[in-house]
Amino acid sequence: MSLRNYIDKIKPNFEEGGKLHAFRSVFEGFETFLYVPNDTAKNGVNIHDSFDSKRMMIMVVIALVPALLFGMYNVGYQHFALAGLLQQATFWNKFWFGFLAVLPRLIVSYVVGLTIEFIVAQWKHEEIQEGYLVSGFIIPLIIPATTPLWILAVAVAFSVIFAKEIFGGTGMNFLNVALITRAFIFFAYPSVITGETVWVVDHAICGLGADIDGMTAATALGTAATTAAAPAFDMNMVWGFIPGSVGETSVIAIALGALLLLYTGIASWKTMLSVFVGGILMALVYNQWGPDNAMAQMPWYEHICLGGFCFGAVFMATDPVTSARTEVGKWIYGLLIGMMAITIRVMNPGYPEGMMLAILLMNCFAPLIDYCVVQRNVNKRLNRINK
Amino acid sequence: MANKNNEAFKQPLWVNNPVLVQILGICSALAVTAQLKPAIVMGLSVTIIVAMSNVIISLLRNTIPNRIRIIIQLVVVAALVTVVSEILKAFAYDVSVQLSVYIGLIITNCILMGRLEAFAMQNGPWASFLDGIGNGLGYAAILVVVAFVRELFGSGTLFGFQVIPQACYEAGYLNNGLMIMPPMALILVGCIIWFHRAKNKDLQEN
Repeated sequence: MSLRNYIDKIKPNFEEGGKLHAFRSVFEGFETFLYVPNDTAKNGVNIHDSFDSKRMMIMVVIALVPALLFGMYNVGYQHFALAGLLQQATFWNKFWFGFLAVLPRLIVSYVVGLTIEFIVAQWKHEEIQEGYLVSGFIIPLIIPATTPLWILAVAVAFSVIFAKEIFGGTGMNFLNVALITRAFIFFAYPSVITGETVWVVDHAICGLGADIDGMTAATALGTAATTAAAPAFDMNMVWGFIPGSVGETSVIAIALGALLLLYTGIASWKTMLSVFVGGILMALVYNQWGPDNAMAQMPWYEHICLGGFCFGAVFMATDPVTSARTEVGKWIYGLLIGMMAITIRVMNPGYPEGMMLAILLMNCFAPLIDYCVVQRNVNKRLNRINK
Repeated sequence: MANKNNEAFKQPLWVNNPVLVQILGICSALAVTAQLKPAIVMGLSVTIIVAMSNVIISLLRNTIPNRIRIIIQLVVVAALVTVVSEILKAFAYDVSVQLSVYIGLIITNCILMGRLEAFAMQNGPWASFLDGIGNGLGYAAILVVVAFVRELFGSGTLFGFQVIPQACYEAGYLNNGLMIMPPMALILVGCIIWFHRAKNKDLQEN
């Protein structure tokens, strides 16, 4: 318990009148991050366990770790594959290369986002809210490993301020902060997040890897959107050895995270399942009656495995703040996300990745869905009384 | 009296700005602010039209039958808009092409009808003139600020001249494509309103 003792020792510095009072919110944030706070309610009877939102966020971060580790490995794998050095490179070569490519993005995402959170918390005399722990971890996973750091910093600042803080901080945002970051990059700097040259790192990092000239590596969805034939399905699309955003490629790694989220009950299985059901249904519909393009003819299992569909369904659609909260609403919300995602992919070749826009769109409608479900219930019960 | 005229001119510039406080004229503020030049021309056109129509309606205010006053106001505004539109076509053709329908749509700009109804119908021509100039300039000021930010970060230019040096682009700087799109204009207007409310606490809603 020496850490506990140390924290207790330095605590007076941060209290009212202490010399480090300006950093009160930072201290409080770290203290409650390390130890469950022992503040108790002053009135009424409150029954709850020690599972507060900080523990919940940590669980989500743990669930994201497989996708991050695999994503790092895959960044290295894609680089060495494109450089033609796959045979010479060892497992650790690939992993370290990916680690060095992804780590700066993770750091920038956290530093920029948490700095803004700390400043706002200090300014408004509030405690630091923990919501950014998860958003900051997700952001580097849903962008290409080549995204320039300054663009990432601008996008993170934009989304934390305009998608979250102005609505009142964690728990009050009606749009998913991580997705707004990606959407900002997508609309403001489309050249760094679409096309054929951004998905694989094309230069050596710290002596690892090699510089590649004039490389192109499109994502499978990008190919399907621009050419007549979609790439055939193969097991690499499940394992994740394909170009794409860092954390979204491997269905296996995402499934591990999904199991943890479902086992601990953090993510709603209804939302998760209905996203997949909606996606599969819509893919089958387009197979049968869709327009004559490669995206529409893609089989449903390929649609599910490619792009951000799995990642979005598991980690983004189930975000408890931005998704529908009523039980019936979760089914409607999830189904519509799945259907919209496939529809955007098929109908608009300009946006081969429909998942981001589908989730953001349904984020906007989640309160309306909840309202309708609650009203329906109210009316049903009113009718029962009036009979 | 002089004090009242002074207020009529000064109030709409900042404290009672038509865009920031009354949230009028937003549509054209979003549409024409991707670049500075059209924004300034638009701001000036609106200023001239508001001032002139205010004066004309103020002169006519005692002879206009109450029931048909809106039609009379519209006729006056429409005539002035047509004159401005023709002048722009004759002397600043490029800008008038850029502004396309938005000059014609000044007729529907809420600031105009608002000022005519709320001010020119009750006040003398000189006060109405000052009020029109004040409101027009208040509107133009917001347009210019929004257009400045949008053109600088969206295209790297001001008045069409490149301001962000080529070296920055070579070092990896990119123009922000979102700035060119109307949603960003809305967010910028929102930021200005945020700043405005922070300075004028009595306008904050609970």
